[in-house]
Amino acid sequence: MKMNMLPEGFRPFVKADDYLKYPRKSIPIVYAQNQGPKLQTSIKEIFDILGIKDGMTLSFHHHLRNGDEVLNMVMREIQARNLKNITLAPSSLFPNQRLMCELIENGNVTRIYTNYLNGDIGKTICQGKMKDLLIMDTHGGRSYAIESGDIKIDVAFIATPCCDQEGNGHGKIGPSACGSLGYAIPDMLYAKRKVAVTDYLVPSVEDPEIQGRYIDYVLKVDKLGEQSGIVSGTTKITRDPIGLKIASDTAKLLDKLGLIENGFSMQTGAGGTTLAVAKYVRDLMIKKGVKAKFACGGITGYFVQMLEEGLIEDLYDVQCFDLEAVRSIGVNSNHHAISAFEYANPYEENARANQLDFVILGATEIDLDFNVNVTTTSHGLVIGGSGGHADTAHGAKVSIIVTPLIKTRIPIIKERVTTITTPGEDIDILVTEQGIAINPLRQDLLSKLQNSKLKIYTIEELYKKALAMTGVPSPLKRSEDVVGLVRYRDQTVIDFLYRI
Amino acid sequence: MSRSYLFIPANRPGMMQSAACFSADAVIFDLEDSVAITEKDSARILLQEFLTANTFDYEVVVRINSLDQNDGILDLETIVGPKVDAIMLPKATVENVQKLAYRLANFEKARKINKEIAIIPLVETAIGVLEVEEIVCLDRVKGILLGAEDLTSDMEIERNKTGEEITYPRARIAFACHAAKVEAIDTPFTDVNDDEGLVADALRARKLGMTGKSAIHPNQIPVINEIYAPSEKQIAQALRIVEAASIHQGVFSLDGNMIDKPIIDRSEKIISKAKRYDLL
Repeated sequence: MKMNMLPEGFRPFVKADDYLKYPRKSIPIVYAQNQGPKLQTSIKEIFDILGIKDGMTLSFHHHLRNGDEVLNMVMREIQARNLKNITLAPSSLFPNQRLMCELIENGNVTRIYTNYLNGDIGKTICQGKMKDLLIMDTHGGRSYAIESGDIKIDVAFIATPCCDQEGNGHGKIGPSACGSLGYAIPDMLYAKRKVAVTDYLVPSVEDPEIQGRYIDYVLKVDKLGEQSGIVSGTTKITRDPIGLKIASDTAKLLDKLGLIENGFSMQTGAGGTTLAVAKYVRDLMIKKGVKAKFACGGITGYFVQMLEEGLIEDLYDVQCFDLEAVRSIGVNSNHHAISAFEYANPYEENARANQLDFVILGATEIDLDFNVNVTTTSHGLVIGGSGGHADTAHGAKVSIIVTPLIKTRIPIIKERVTTITTPGEDIDILVTEQGIAINPLRQDLLSKLQNSKLKIYTIEELYKKALAMTGVPSPLKRSEDVVGLVRYRDQTVIDFLYRI
Repeated sequence: MSRSYLFIPANRPGMMQSAACFSADAVIFDLEDSVAITEKDSARILLQEFLTANTFDYEVVVRINSLDQNDGILDLETIVGPKVDAIMLPKATVENVQKLAYRLANFEKARKINKEIAIIPLVETAIGVLEVEEIVCLDRVKGILLGAEDLTSDMEIERNKTGEEITYPRARIAFACHAAKVEAIDTPFTDVNDDEGLVADALRARKLGMTGKSAIHPNQIPVINEIYAPSEKQIAQALRIVEAASIHQGVFSLDGNMIDKPIIDRSEKIISKAKRYDLL
């Protein structure tokens, strides 16, 4: 495949709300086909019973993040059977799943749909070692891709930290408790066959997130993974002065825009600087006597603290980023688990992402048209992915990118980003330590900031400021061999990933 | 007058580039203690290039090495120019401040620098404390910085966070500086992770008459700026007093309190500070 040649069956991105011209498509929900006993204790038996074979599509959620062993267990069985041309559809992939590199190189795994990818798997794919494509969706986009049948899952392996023999379960308790299982819900509803994998079998489960009527088998294993691995490495508030400066200015900006008022809603995600924004927002809320209606997305202990302090009414949690969030979701009735549909499905009118007043997001690159890259490095190596980036940037009333102007001597602002993850029309504001740029599409925001003491520049001015410090980086020559696609939340292709 | 003075090592280009972001009223580019002896040459060249290439919206101070050493002389030769607002002199005494003033005058003349570069003597020895009343009266001195770490070492006394051991030098410096109408700049608080300790330390120094404080980490700047700036309440009251004074002659009463010239003068100082710090 060569550059700008869309593979058959894929459509190009037009604009952010273009999909609304088309009606919502939903394949029928799939109930459990197995009406007999569900409990199994061997992955081999599951493969035999379900007839897992060459060419099938298997899916996983990533709520155990870098502690997940379920995907590795399935990979080992695929390797042992030497199955070929398997497509995987995990909601994200982490460094501890590097075993997959061998399966990719051996032709066992030939296509991957995911939303975020970090570690050696990205290197292997970017080196052109996978036969077919890597397809990077958004979290909300994945839910619709599964609902609409764009991604057809043959078997979903759903890690379920607490489960009964009927397949009712949740992630709130158990040795591998990980909290919300929101990203597994599309798989549970629409995969042809479903296996709940658990290491904590209980007689019955109240208020299950994973419902037995959809589950064909329950696979009891010794261990789902390492619970400590679910903690993102970036759930602590930064002490870096640049990060704190950015966060402090962001909070001032939010206040100036009138976004910190009673009943507001927010998402800040994990990451040292975005968490620092939450800290400054909290300080501001206390000073002003303001309470938020809700926070959503990936939830950290810091939001839990704000919930317990009465500063936030409700948390809508699609994934827990740390163990404090896991604890809270099990005991606090205002801390709700939500599905990927409720979070960010593009066709869910009342998705939480669409109700956000503001979202704070990161960027590895941003360009003069405000397009953002969170998928690759400037060399094109896949190191991340949208997750909910494009979903919340589109849904929130105000989307704000927070990033240092320069990272490791390279300006973050480019004329053109290496890879578009989120289109510029969905990005409203860039906050750096050297100043703030507002997307000219948002004249309403610019007019609100007219008399502000904040340092407001055009993005071109910030770009020049960066170049004055770093000089102009030499352009990188890239290959034209496409190894993957980046899809917008409506499954249209917004950019290509190239072999490096 | 500056509330906050941020030390930045002059051999750290990333930090130097970011210095403008941290809202410090003044930045002290350090060529002395934070630069290893093997890096002195490269640091002063880097600083000279940095000063030449940039413009600044903060006060630029350079801490040089002792003039008793060759490095101090080389520092001056390399970095004295129109972008430098003040030179900070370590282990200040009457004698070495006078020597520095003489050298600066010569540089300004030779290099056609159309401004007078100020001096901030760093009082960090027992003799410096004793001479401070004379030092503040010397030409070019715009303020005194207390260096508590070296001072307590010189005095062979233990340094601690509560700072009882530096009450006397703080007070002596504050009195001398106020008498000479120059700045009294407090020593840095060295535990950069103790936010509460910083607040307590800055408040203690302010109560003794210090007018600003130095910082060794950018995260300390917001706290220092807040503590050494007039509060919203003080500014509002000062504005009321000055407005009332424009109507009344001599002593008058406001809210049942007598307002006389010292109170009006103080209110004018508060308003002046508020304007300078962009609080009005």
